[in-house]
Amino acid sequence: MADEAHSEGTGLVFHPMDQFIVKPLFGDGPIHWYTITNVTLWMALAVVGVILLLVMGTRRRAIVPTRTQSIAELAYGFIYKMVEDVTGKDGLKYFPYVMTLFIFIVFANFLGLLPMAFTPTSHIAVTAVMAMAVFLGVTILGFVKNGAGFLGLFWVASAPLALRPILALIEVISYFVRPVSHSIRLAGNMMAGHAVIKVFAGFAAITAIAPLSIAAITAMYGLEILVSFIQAYVFTILTCVYLKDALHPAH
Amino acid sequence: MATEAKDVAESAPGMPQLDFATFPNQIFWLLVTLVVIYFVLSRIALPRIGAVLAERQGTITNDVAAAEELKQKAVGAEAAYEKALADARAEAGRIVADAKADIQADLDKELAKADTKIAAKAAESEKAIAEIRATSAESVKAVAKDTAKELVAALGGKADAKTITAAINARMKG
Repeated sequence: MADEAHSEGTGLVFHPMDQFIVKPLFGDGPIHWYTITNVTLWMALAVVGVILLLVMGTRRRAIVPTRTQSIAELAYGFIYKMVEDVTGKDGLKYFPYVMTLFIFIVFANFLGLLPMAFTPTSHIAVTAVMAMAVFLGVTILGFVKNGAGFLGLFWVASAPLALRPILALIEVISYFVRPVSHSIRLAGNMMAGHAVIKVFAGFAAITAIAPLSIAAITAMYGLEILVSFIQAYVFTILTCVYLKDALHPAH
Repeated sequence: MATEAKDVAESAPGMPQLDFATFPNQIFWLLVTLVVIYFVLSRIALPRIGAVLAERQGTITNDVAAAEELKQKAVGAEAAYEKALADARAEAGRIVADAKADIQADLDKELAKADTKIAAKAAESEKAIAEIRATSAESVKAVAKDTAKELVAALGGKADAKTITAAINARMKG
């Protein structure tokens, strides 16, 4: 966004990735781990959004809900049902963790759609931490709950004996690829959509294609709204599926 | 502004996502955010929403149960009404039958009374007729005796009463 000023004169200049730059909120300088950056700002806004929706929205505990309370209840019911359906009753213990991930991703994604916004979930550092947390949590939980029986996840008992070692190898590889795909799917989707919108916006500088460009931005924006929710949903349901593997490792 | 422009120029060709210098910062703030959201959810929001949903479910269940109870009551009331109606019908039928029987009994009694009265009257009349008949026979005898005495006297005979009476009695018997 900030580069539009100095790019004039060179004609058509695209900086689709500049929106993802992490920079200090106050002044310049190096970014330490504690520096307050735009990441801090937009994550804090996500927290504020969560509090507004789930805490302030349900303040009156109405039997007949208000609009905001309905949305909060809908979100609660949506994830609660998902955890219950996918992992079973014993997975409901972990519902608050799953809900935390879902609500954070949803708010980060949607706040990122605001013009001039920064999208924390478009950063692999953010999604990788969440995916690794899920991966490690699920793996540790699996061994704690089932002991060595958790390894049965990799030993497909229903397959012919000769095939089992090969399948076990494939299962192990796919198991360790999980956090990678889990994190890159979310970050990649968010990044790609925002970058494409930025590229279309760059074309708007040419008068002849400006209307087309704006129409394309509008269409992409609509798609991104869909993607924002779907990616949060996908991340959450995959978390539930992995959790199910930890609780019930049998195939 | 100048440094920012330089930063942009440096990082624009690559992906800011792969700028490892910013990773500690992002991870730190992500962990802070997730912990805050987790505590807000697990301490305040989720118990509250869960309670509201449970309360609503309870209210609905209670209302449905109350409605069911009222329905049962309505069914009971209807049955009681039907029973009362049937009872009333039976009672009315009984009263009608009673009244009919009473009337019949009264009628029979009156008829019997009337019959006896009629019989009594008839007997009385019979007696009266017999009496009249008897008196008329006596009168005829007396008139015949007198007439016969006069006739005999007029013809110049002299007949005693005894003979005349015997003759008349013989005649009247014949």
